[in-house]
Amino acid sequence: MTDNAVVTINGTEVTVPEGTTILTAAELAGVQIPTLCNHPDQMIKAVCRVCVVEVEGARVFQPACSFPVWDGMNVRTNSPAVIEARKTVVEMLLSRHPQDCLQCERNLHCELQNVSKSVGVNERPFPEETRDLPIDDSSGAVVREADKCINCRRCVEACADVQGVGVLSTVNRGYDTVVSTAFNEPLEQVSCVLCGQCIQACPTGALREHNDIDRVWRALADPNKHVVVQTAPAVRVAIGEDLGLPVGTRATKLLTSALRQLGFDGVFDTDFTADLTIMEEGSELLQRLQEGGTLPMITSCSPGWIKYIEHYYPEQLDHLSTCKSPQQMFGALAKSYYAEKNQYNPDDIYVVSIMPCTAKKFEANRPEMAAEGIRDVDAVLTTRELAQMIDQAGLDFPNLKEEEYDSPLGISTGAAVIFGATGGVMEAALRTVYELVTEQELPALDFTSVRGLDGVKEASVLLPLPNGEDSLEVKVAAAHGLASARQIMEKVKNGEADYHFVEVMSCPGGCIGGGGQPRPSTTERREKRLQAIYDEDEAMTIRKSHENPAVKALYEEYLEKPLGERRHKLLHTHYVQRSRY
Amino acid sequence: MIMLCSCREVKIVREDVKEAVQRCGREKHQLLEILGQLQKGTNFLERDTLVAVAEELDLPLAEVYGTATFYSLYSTKPRGRYVVRVCESAPCHIDGAADILAAVKAHLGVAVDETTDNSQFTLETTSCLGVCSVGPAMMINDEVYGNLTPDRAVEILQSYN
Repeated sequence: MTDNAVVTINGTEVTVPEGTTILTAAELAGVQIPTLCNHPDQMIKAVCRVCVVEVEGARVFQPACSFPVWDGMNVRTNSPAVIEARKTVVEMLLSRHPQDCLQCERNLHCELQNVSKSVGVNERPFPEETRDLPIDDSSGAVVREADKCINCRRCVEACADVQGVGVLSTVNRGYDTVVSTAFNEPLEQVSCVLCGQCIQACPTGALREHNDIDRVWRALADPNKHVVVQTAPAVRVAIGEDLGLPVGTRATKLLTSALRQLGFDGVFDTDFTADLTIMEEGSELLQRLQEGGTLPMITSCSPGWIKYIEHYYPEQLDHLSTCKSPQQMFGALAKSYYAEKNQYNPDDIYVVSIMPCTAKKFEANRPEMAAEGIRDVDAVLTTRELAQMIDQAGLDFPNLKEEEYDSPLGISTGAAVIFGATGGVMEAALRTVYELVTEQELPALDFTSVRGLDGVKEASVLLPLPNGEDSLEVKVAAAHGLASARQIMEKVKNGEADYHFVEVMSCPGGCIGGGGQPRPSTTERREKRLQAIYDEDEAMTIRKSHENPAVKALYEEYLEKPLGERRHKLLHTHYVQRSRY
Repeated sequence: MIMLCSCREVKIVREDVKEAVQRCGREKHQLLEILGQLQKGTNFLERDTLVAVAEELDLPLAEVYGTATFYSLYSTKPRGRYVVRVCESAPCHIDGAADILAAVKAHLGVAVDETTDNSQFTLETTSCLGVCSVGPAMMINDEVYGNLTPDRAVEILQSYN
């Protein structure tokens, strides 16, 4: 039992457990202390010094984020000296920060800007001394503008500890300290998986996605292009956050409406190909189980995860499902099935994806992701970029008239929408595999054991076989965050994993916490987005992928035709071994 | 030819690293000691060395590089056979460290953080060497020299040729 401490903050008494930080105690006393390096999901760093306060009896100011309270402590957060010190700290940070806020992608969404305003910076007492470091846009997905970095180290923790990747570190010391890669190599040359969790962690414009907005505007304005759009499941439960709606709002029908108003000729859903993925991946799993293929089979929807296993476990690629991700399946089908059905020249179709993800930009650019020289997907926008386009178009998003997706590539099920949440692909697959194997209706649809924010979730499902005697036990696991994926991969590598099927999503919480989602993706926000995803699933009329009528029609009309090889060509892919260093 | 050469060297690097790790241990906190040992031969840490260390200790390369660039005793850029560190802390400064530095610069013909053309000497400045009673002082590789005068400093340098 820890003892309680009575702490006085600006004259207000508050009782907290001893050891609580001043920052937390102050919050309870109704006092906000500005912070930059502090992040609700991360370790205490105490490096930015923005949160300094006056502790009675202490020789110097103390950082509120790390300083523990004691009984009888008297803290001032608003004395003239503290206000001045805090302002000076921010002024010094700004002396190394380029003053291009009006052109910056973070303009009006910037923690540094907010802090600068709240501490009352109103002049530039220190000469500007930016570092003139190059902008790294080598990856085409994640952009680093190191000059804007304030060395808070939040990206370093996200990369090294949450993702277990660690391509970013602090380099040099003292005034020369920068956050960088080993030997300052560009991201494209290091084993960065482009998940964008560093972007989620960054309080400034030092990390952002590669901007594809202008390319999409140009395509929309091109009269010779038939521009179709697909939206990933996680986008609908997050985009509202950047457009004036509360966190956790299900904005699916506003999203479709906005896309139509932006001028897309077909407004479709990645959920359609998520259902298709379940059909293909489910069949692949059954085939591996029956024919003794490599197990566990591991999902392949998450491009950051794919790049991770290629760099870090290149000898284990056989475990990956050969299925393309839903994004790529969609692109391939838009330019084949959809084009043929509607008599479009595939060359004239331009496929845009709206993704919660930065790695999807990399995936769309992979050389494998094209059929006969025609790229599956032409442009990938993050949720944030789409919100920017909606702003540019002057749409009043919350008040748009609600609309539906177009047919047939917009028809989907509840199983598809939960692809956006950790455990969702697994749950969707189990709903289908169960019924395909047992030839019985699933008694309860919700596999809650694979839901939630635990890093690794395990479950075992008994599938009663149609002969009525035997049953098939399927052992599954779901991991999110690549540090959790690594735990599973170490077991796989050492032959200790007895799973049949494993789902991996790169980002914490799954795609709802993706690197392309509105910032910040804190645990609190992830939980609300998860809830919205499961509500969306429950609200769907059809909740099993194999019951999607448009997917059934696709198989009947197109994929199963003889001389086909179409499934192989359009829906499956292969992987490449990459180096870790 | 060059390819063959560098392959062979990578192999040697790997053996050196394995040996150092065996001596010091595989724990993360041994990183500084391991880097110190590996730097002994060449006075700097090349990329292949850091890669091998990262692999052996299962650490991200960026973390190893970040550590190597944080401590001034390590260098990731090529340095001469002898690293000359002239102390510039206050006690040595009062005792005339600036004159020592000027004499060393003039003798070697390089500025601070530069290496002589024959790759023999790299000149650096350092904070306190802990021998303030015999300031001004300098250190050449692991050897400390005190009670310097400009002439004495040059004589010492000449003894390294």
